[in-house]
Amino acid sequence: MREGNSNNGRVTWEGCSVLLDINDGDRLVFARLSPAAKLKIGNKNCSLQPLIGRAFGTVFQVDTSSDGPCLSPAQVNVNNAEEIGDGQGNDELRDKVNVNSADEVRDGAVNVESRDNRALVDNNTAQSLTGEDIEAMRRQGARGNEIIEALIANSATFEKKTSFSQEKYRLKKQKKYAPKVLMRRPVARSICEAYFKKYPSKIGFLRVDTLSLLLSMANVSSNSDILVVDMIGGLLTGAVAERLGGTGFVCNSYFGQAPCSMDIVRIFNLSDEICKRILRSPISDLLSPKESSEQTLQHDVCNVEGQSNDQISASASMVEISHSSENGISDIATDNTEPVIRKAPKAGERAQKEVIDLWKENGFSSLIFAAPELDTWTVVKDLLPLLANSAPFAIYHQYLQPLATCMHNLQLGKMAVGLQISEPWLREYQVHNARYLCHFHIIVAKLYNFFEVLQLLKLFLWYKIQITPSL
Amino acid sequence: MLACHPEKKLSFNRSISDGDLVIVYEKHESMKAVTVCEGSVLQNRFGVFKHSDWIGKQFGSKVFSSKGGFVYLLAPTPELWTLVLNHRTQILYIADISFVITYLEIVPGCVVLESGTGSGSLTTSLARAVAPSGHVNTFDFHEQRAESARADFEKTGLSSLVTVKVRDIQGEGFPDDFTGMADSVFLDLPQPWLTIPSAAKVLRHDGTLCSFSPCIEQVQRTCETLRTRFTDIRTFEVLLRTYEVREEKMQSLSGDGDDSNGSVPRKRRQCSDGSYLVSGSPSISSVMARPCGEARGHTGYLTFARVKCVS
Repeated sequence: MREGNSNNGRVTWEGCSVLLDINDGDRLVFARLSPAAKLKIGNKNCSLQPLIGRAFGTVFQVDTSSDGPCLSPAQVNVNNAEEIGDGQGNDELRDKVNVNSADEVRDGAVNVESRDNRALVDNNTAQSLTGEDIEAMRRQGARGNEIIEALIANSATFEKKTSFSQEKYRLKKQKKYAPKVLMRRPVARSICEAYFKKYPSKIGFLRVDTLSLLLSMANVSSNSDILVVDMIGGLLTGAVAERLGGTGFVCNSYFGQAPCSMDIVRIFNLSDEICKRILRSPISDLLSPKESSEQTLQHDVCNVEGQSNDQISASASMVEISHSSENGISDIATDNTEPVIRKAPKAGERAQKEVIDLWKENGFSSLIFAAPELDTWTVVKDLLPLLANSAPFAIYHQYLQPLATCMHNLQLGKMAVGLQISEPWLREYQVHNARYLCHFHIIVAKLYNFFEVLQLLKLFLWYKIQITPSL
Repeated sequence: MLACHPEKKLSFNRSISDGDLVIVYEKHESMKAVTVCEGSVLQNRFGVFKHSDWIGKQFGSKVFSSKGGFVYLLAPTPELWTLVLNHRTQILYIADISFVITYLEIVPGCVVLESGTGSGSLTTSLARAVAPSGHVNTFDFHEQRAESARADFEKTGLSSLVTVKVRDIQGEGFPDDFTGMADSVFLDLPQPWLTIPSAAKVLRHDGTLCSFSPCIEQVQRTCETLRTRFTDIRTFEVLLRTYEVREEKMQSLSGDGDDSNGSVPRKRRQCSDGSYLVSGSPSISSVMARPCGEARGHTGYLTFARVKCVS
């Protein structure tokens, strides 16, 4: 029932887009898999060829083969005790108590640890292994884990560290000497989270829970025609298209003649069927009376546009989101001369007159507006008549004031009911293991509340149910 | 409720007909689901409304009662349904629901298993997300509740997307015929950890799971059990804060007062429920927002996980 390259595909293919999570989110890279694609990890250039035909969710490690460094599926994960336990197939929880788990270590550090940092002197002599020694080990084919063990054995201070700090040391060394690469499926959730973490301004600081709310409140469902104003890189357009699943339409509308960037749409592995459902249209075309004749000139403009987009998608075979780079985004390991074997399907064709007429006749099923750079109220006011009566709409802004003004004016104009400004609030919790706490005779009730507040950004959203303006 | 059938799609050309489900909007947070029936009437504090007056009108229309009161007739959506459905149990609300759908990566065509069905608030949104080709199999051990849920899905037009079964999932696990079939599993059970081995069995490779629990003790045991077969275990709490918007009058020091920023020369205060307070004194006014006094507090913890990849 499912095509291999559909969004539900669980195994990668050549030309497939993937999200590579290097060392637990330290680096996040969107890549398109091809035999020629390469990824630089540390100082090694690794081919992405071994990732083709693998299951999403696979963890890879850097191995040395005869042709140099290469990525291979990790058998057992170093330094992550939890995963070691499971990798060995210990389904019994009791067995895991004996494993040197991170949780246990943490509790130990809190409760029974007598070691501390009094003996540590920062004079750079603790490690007796030199850079040359490590290089020599590497040349002899030592694996990352072996290097880490050697570093520990040659560290004068390791034994004196608290077990918590030992764990930290291992983790640091693992990241450097035995990096792991987790291959994830690029879907609305992972794409939004990756951008929010590494390059939030590109997506207008839209957090995944807020994106979820927008999609729900605008009743995005199959066979709907959704009007979007997406000035957040195409994340919204892609997320809506994903929910439509190749039915209905998402109309990405824009002001003037130059469409907004939709780069992020290409990161989704949208099937051709779904891509065909993403259309673009200038707002002026949507607002013009239905009778107006279509200018052939505009079609020519559109074709040129389409070509340049293709060039972009062909060259941007890999996009890294990183803290470090100035603009937050960079192309790496790009090989422009390499012919693209399976091009990312083209999304965002210009909407033809017939489709626009149909939209005008029936009205859109809903509107989602995420354009921090446009004046919210004046644009929304113009777009609302395009919606079918009783259609919901959802508007996002990272600031409160544009939404307050917009809501106020809608109420004065009696243009909508059910108006509401909502600010979603999301907190992630670190859940510790009760069993380990009991093991150390600690009162559980006092200790499990080690919560970590990750994000408390202010984000705003509201939605309304439209009513006939004339009534 | 959904536009699976083209003739049911919301449109300027679609009007309310006999047998349609409409949401009668009286005022903010005061709504009611009504199935339109030719000879029937709706009676509320605004008067008596004849259903026959509604037929042929567009969704979104304002309709009047015999004594001049009015309501709006809205097309049902899962969000509106969540606000009007009969509470047979505690239900999930929009913030949790929307996050669950995205985080479980549910898209059209997915097969989702849910337990328990409860009042069907989440089920309605799950059905929307998997439509048109996917399916939601929802389980509740309470026979009568399952029956009511079935009737509701019939009413909302979702019965082709949802199958309600009576089964004690916590005690018996999911049926064996779902082994390796589910894209996602949602658990809202008092002891979700008992169901996790079964959930791991029914999930496809890379499948996702979510467990909703109000207490941290439940979360703790769940996470502990999850660690053997699942990865990417993350626990969240999602809340919504609402704001009220008002146009407020403020006196300026210069004292020239009236209407210097071109806004309406009278004080007009609005709440997010659309009620107005108007007074006549002229002054500088501007639109401002502040958090509403009361917000829905803790609902529950959402724990997500993904079946471990065995390569």
